[in-house]
Amino acid sequence: MKCSEFLNELTNYLDGALDARTKSELDNHLAWCHNCYVVCDTTRKTIEIYHNSELYELPDDLRARLESAIMSKCCAHKKSEPPTS
Amino acid sequence: MSTIQPNIEQPVSEEMALVRRAKRGDDQAFEELVRRYDRNVFRIAQHITQNREDAEDVVQEAFLKAYSNLEKFQEQSKFYTWLVRIAVNEALMKLRRRKPERTVSLDEEVKTEDDSLPREVADWSPNPEQMYNQGELREILTRTIQGLPAGFRTVFVLRDVEGLSTEETAQALELSIPAVKSRLLRARLQLRERLNRFFQKRASGDGDQ
Repeated sequence: MKCSEFLNELTNYLDGALDARTKSELDNHLAWCHNCYVVCDTTRKTIEIYHNSELYELPDDLRARLESAIMSKCCAHKKSEPPTS
Repeated sequence: MSTIQPNIEQPVSEEMALVRRAKRGDDQAFEELVRRYDRNVFRIAQHITQNREDAEDVVQEAFLKAYSNLEKFQEQSKFYTWLVRIAVNEALMKLRRRKPERTVSLDEEVKTEDDSLPREVADWSPNPEQMYNQGELREILTRTIQGLPAGFRTVFVLRDVEGLSTEETAQALELSIPAVKSRLLRARLQLRERLNRFFQKRASGDGDQ
């Protein structure tokens, strides 16, 4: 297996979306190819860091304000719409 | 030929029960859906628009659209997936308005930049979380993901930040599964490559900048 072939399957490999045979071929490649091992490992870390990063959390006060604005817009919409059926 | 159709009703998920109550005009049920998903929609919107005010608008517009079109929701996907589709479209529209010189669409940016074969490969050790404090790391992650094309960023955020499945991401973005996988691979590799510039540098002791 070439490195480019390994990289093409990297997403499926990391997501556990491969059949046993292909996974085993990739495992074998990783066992001897240090570059692909590092790319695989640091890509996994990239995903984990972003997944756990809590970027753009919605602060409580803004959340309360948004929820209230949404519901009052929904109520206004309901009143402006004639009842169906 | 008789149809072998098991007459077993699918158990209604808690989410779908709320949706059905909301469809019958129960606003408290809709409010519960808002509370359940507003944080996710806000995160997705801010990741796509990269602007907090736009993200606030997207949250409001997405829920209002969902509310006013609830009758049209066919219940063939999760409500959340349907809501994400609305929110992503709203967010992309904001981005288009802000960057009128460039057309922003999920179908752009499939250019084949050679990002697949990293040249310098070094491990990240110690872990980035140990190398930087939370504020520094947040700044690096924000700047790095901002540099990704919108089409890649959106797929990455839905799949890897929000944890939607590949199928749900495809539904939400109206893309094929191979297209989602291809963008996800490129997004992941490009992010890794960009983060590598920070983490590899620090790990090899090349100084602060």
